[in-house]
Amino acid sequence: MTTTAPAAVSADRAPKDRSMQLQKDMIAEHYRRLEAAPETHEPVVYTFVPGNLTELVRAFGALPLLPEINALQSGMRGMSRKYIAEAEKAGHSEDVCTYVKCDLGMLKSGNIGPTGTRLPKPDLLLLSYTGCYTFMKWFELLREEYDCPAVFLHVPYQGDGKVAPEHRKYVVDQIREKIIPALEQVTGRKLDEARLSELLGYSRAAEDDLVAVLQSAKHHPSPIDSWFGAVYYVGPIFSSFRGTPEGAAYYRALREEVEERVARDEGPMTPSGRLDEQKYRIVAEGPPNWTSFHDFWRMFSEEGAVCVASTYTKVGGTYDFGFRHDPSDPIGTLADYCAGCYTNLNLPQRVEMLADYVRNYEADGFLVHSVKSCNSFSAGQLLILREVEKRTGVPGAFIESDLVDPRYFSAANIKNRLESYFQMLAARRGAGGSLPLGVVAGGAL
Amino acid sequence: MSTRAAIVERAQALYDDLSLGSVRAWCAEGVGRKAAGYLPVYVPREVIHATGMLPVGIHGGGDRLEIIRGDAYFQSYICHLPRSLVELLHTGRLDALSAMIFPSTCDVIRNLSGMWKLLRPDLYVRYCDVPQATERSTGGAFWRRELETLYADLAEVAGVAPDLAALNRSNAVYNEVRRTIRALYAARSDAPWRIPTEELYLLLRAGEVLPPEDFLTMAGDYLRATALDTARPKDRVRVVVVGAFCEQPPLGLIKTIERAGCYIVDDDFLLGNRLLTSDVPFGDDPLTALSDTFLHHAMASSILYEHAPDGKKKLLARRVADARADGVIFAAPSFCDPALLDRPMLLAGAEAAKIPCMAFQYSENTGQFQQYREQAGSFSDSIKLWGGHP
Ligand code: SF4
Ligand code: SF4
Repeated sequence: MTTTAPAAVSADRAPKDRSMQLQKDMIAEHYRRLEAAPETHEPVVYTFVPGNLTELVRAFGALPLLPEINALQSGMRGMSRKYIAEAEKAGHSEDVCTYVKCDLGMLKSGNIGPTGTRLPKPDLLLLSYTGCYTFMKWFELLREEYDCPAVFLHVPYQGDGKVAPEHRKYVVDQIREKIIPALEQVTGRKLDEARLSELLGYSRAAEDDLVAVLQSAKHHPSPIDSWFGAVYYVGPIFSSFRGTPEGAAYYRALREEVEERVARDEGPMTPSGRLDEQKYRIVAEGPPNWTSFHDFWRMFSEEGAVCVASTYTKVGGTYDFGFRHDPSDPIGTLADYCAGCYTNLNLPQRVEMLADYVRNYEADGFLVHSVKSCNSFSAGQLLILREVEKRTGVPGAFIESDLVDPRYFSAANIKNRLESYFQMLAARRGAGGSLPLGVVAGGAL
Repeated sequence: MSTRAAIVERAQALYDDLSLGSVRAWCAEGVGRKAAGYLPVYVPREVIHATGMLPVGIHGGGDRLEIIRGDAYFQSYICHLPRSLVELLHTGRLDALSAMIFPSTCDVIRNLSGMWKLLRPDLYVRYCDVPQATERSTGGAFWRRELETLYADLAEVAGVAPDLAALNRSNAVYNEVRRTIRALYAARSDAPWRIPTEELYLLLRAGEVLPPEDFLTMAGDYLRATALDTARPKDRVRVVVVGAFCEQPPLGLIKTIERAGCYIVDDDFLLGNRLLTSDVPFGDDPLTALSDTFLHHAMASSILYEHAPDGKKKLLARRVADARADGVIFAAPSFCDPALLDRPMLLAGAEAAKIPCMAFQYSENTGQFQQYREQAGSFSDSIKLWGGHP
């Protein structure tokens, strides 16, 4: 599960901010290097977004490549249906995560990446097992396809809502004893900790700016859409550009842009144009849908709804709750980062996070978008809905679809559901907030 | 009634009793007695047992529970087990438990641990993350420490002081339990016509709720009784059933597979009771002994990362050879990530080794078995006629 700004799609369909060009150039350059890697011999490391060790990979001069991003971009480019069918034909169950099937289907269909170029084979599969069981199987499956080493980092789940010191030590020890030697082996370089610290400094700067961007949504009107729009914003930091000067420059530019919008009391660009008149401020739980991303977004923007906070934009790090990479403790900070990603949090923590968002961002409502693919997100979401309602007094809505399997995105149903929800929020506002909760969620637990 | 029939009848009664009457009775028999529940697949029962609490395996409501509230907690694309667990919780059937342990089987059980914390804040609830790193310095140190925390916490719930001797005793009891289960599996594999899987399964389910000492007596009596059985082999093929390690198939499905012409000679049912394939040694540090045994002697399964690149490919061929089986039935719960994500890798390995395979999905409350009967019947016939390659 993760996100990045889709290179090909963003340019012509999504809002055109200045920062977007920077991002587009960064992504194009990254995929160019990836395509050339077999000739340039730049080592390529496949890894996942939550708990990724990008700075470490980059410190070895290797290029990260993230299969989740391939999958979501295939979804946005309209390729996922075909890829999923390909994987199901090869024996993969209809019932499992469609990211995996989309990625495997893409691999079987020639491994053409989001910018239309062929993706290189990995020199190393770096499995950071953080917050999602499926990751483990996904890389076991990829290992069957590639003749390359695989190395495994186990990040314990925050079952008790905290990172115990021994859990941190476990991760640190694995990074030192297994991950670094594996990277040394495939890159033929020794780790330069000073270089790693330097890269972590770029991460930290970018994280400060990203948090300023995300928290700008507390302003009325919100200058950003913190779910659909923020998918673009978190792209670089969640994927290959954390710990890079380009990444840091992107976030500085983005922050300046957003601060200008705040000063002018402007809303974000959306598929329905600039959204200055914001009728509903919504908090979102769960990932968006990628196959109908813009249509889905439009269902909000046409109703004057803006997302002011989302949990999905925390799958690659919960920076707005204070975490920053610490260059003075380069390995320890990587362990802290891995443990803190959203899907590695337990359910009470998730409920608290959502309730905080609803209160601190003065939301009118919150929406749970449940995706069929993802047990890591989906299992327990109906209880989350109930608990957040209970704690905040704000009514929630529940809709279902999928990430990249278009068979599960029922536009008419979702639109109806959202329209009734927004009407209910309007009626509730008219009634001074006295309508009962759970009207749209349907049924009491 | 014969000893064997009496054992099976008792095991069936325990299986049918979703209110854990035997657990309540056990708790009531002594002052301060408590019980701790655990979900599939692997939880170190020794650690619960060493606190004096009764370890109780909670395996859902099967096809014996009407789901009224449980469905309101889970979307249609999540497996059935958590619904019946929530139903059991809401109907008070799990009230005998003072603690609940959720192992790292999958994200559903993982998230369920948080749901339990929200739904039963009064209860000791722990997510038990088994190590996926197999080195002693990393995975071993982590797991040793997890076991220590779990033990200290449970000892507090039980109201006892941590006690090394008790841990050693519990390690020894569960060594004996696993040896007995292995003996039962070996006896079934040698003469599956004498030990139908439905009986073996019921016996193992009894082992999930009875004190291990009682289970040992029961299982020993059963083994002795079956040794006297004079039944003759039937014309059935020998199959290994895999994929059913968490949400359990209804008993009717197990019976159906066997009656359709397949002797089950190895399986994944209730896998946690025998996940460790070697004894935990006695010593000064029983938690390290337990931890080391897990690191080096845990069965390959879908809940653990397969470190060997060809591990998945070879797994079924090895199990089939060990069980002298003719084929594999991959039976997975619907929407079960661990089983279904593993399926293509495992079946590809089996098929490469020319092992006949068939696959189906079930849910714990499946009530119609006709489709399974037909599938298992044709599978059996095809193996008999053509060695599984029609
Ligand atoms: S199950 Fe969820 S978090 Fe895991 S890979 Fe699939 S979409 Fe991502
Ligand atoms: S049946 Fe499968 S998905 Fe469901 S709880 Fe068990 S392991 Fe998880």
